[in-house]
Amino acid sequence: MILEKGSPAPEFDLHATPDQKLKLSDFRGKRVILTFYPADWSPVCSDQMSLYNEMLKYFHKYNAEILGISVDSKWCHMAFGQNRKIHFPLLADFEPKGAVSKAYGVYDEINGECHRALFVIDENGIIQWSYLSPDGINPGADGILDALDNMAHK
Amino acid sequence: MSKLRIPVSEHDHRTGDQQGKVVLVEYGDYQCPHCGIAHKLLKRLLKEFNQGLQFVFRNFPLQEAHPEAMISAQAAEAAAFQNKFWEMHDIIFEHQDTLSPQSLLQHAKKLHLSIDKFSEDLDSKPVVSKVETDFEGGIRSGVNGTPTFFVNGMILETYDASYESLEDAVRNAR
Repeated sequence: MILEKGSPAPEFDLHATPDQKLKLSDFRGKRVILTFYPADWSPVCSDQMSLYNEMLKYFHKYNAEILGISVDSKWCHMAFGQNRKIHFPLLADFEPKGAVSKAYGVYDEINGECHRALFVIDENGIIQWSYLSPDGINPGADGILDALDNMAHK
Repeated sequence: MSKLRIPVSEHDHRTGDQQGKVVLVEYGDYQCPHCGIAHKLLKRLLKEFNQGLQFVFRNFPLQEAHPEAMISAQAAEAAAFQNKFWEMHDIIFEHQDTLSPQSLLQHAKKLHLSIDKFSEDLDSKPVVSKVETDFEGGIRSGVNGTPTFFVNGMILETYDASYESLEDAVRNAR
């Protein structure tokens, strides 16, 4: 089951580049948008990640950082990120494979990838919104902005 | 099914029949080849439905994929300050293959815009903010690529780059 609103977001410590790791707790005091996607290079993911790439300044207005995450390796992420000029970190949930995806309840055991899922995590590491999208559909960013808005209004 | 979250208003660029019962909104990118194709279809559509159809264009430039998309959107918005939005809109789509800051300036000259004013407006805050507001509104309505159409406020999922798909959408909304 996908983790829902109110759950503490499980900590992770994953490679963002071959020589840099990122922890969720590095972002305490900021909001974090965590976007799980099945795989680098597959058509829908690429469109989805490209869209988020265009949206960084809108996310920053909400004091939010976005992190992509899939089971691809750090080297694969590096090539994908360079090719698509992605300007936000892509995390490698690679070893043990899918451990973080499993902790968030979005691992697809059949395909060995994570499902397409979104989480908005608040400044204190609590999940404020989560969404599991059909794997083949780009969920866009409207849900993310709505969630960030709702948090602002509290 | 996504709905248009930002209603059509006087802040929008509107053409066609202003009293038209069918309102077609496009979120588009001047450097997107699919939008270039749609532009030709829309010209035909607006001719065909010269009564009853209003068309609205909103900016959705994907800047990473299309490096000239943002400046082109700004050029059309800057032209709007001299009441030449649709003229600039058309000329940009008609010269989509040769988009550059220089060619945009040439277009402005061809449209007899005041070049001083155009150059000043091009990077101005109101122009940039108009484009960004359009973009953010598109995101809010679930736009995630271009072109995306809304017919009377509902996203058009049946558009397939054919004239018929637009024609059917307008007919069904009448």
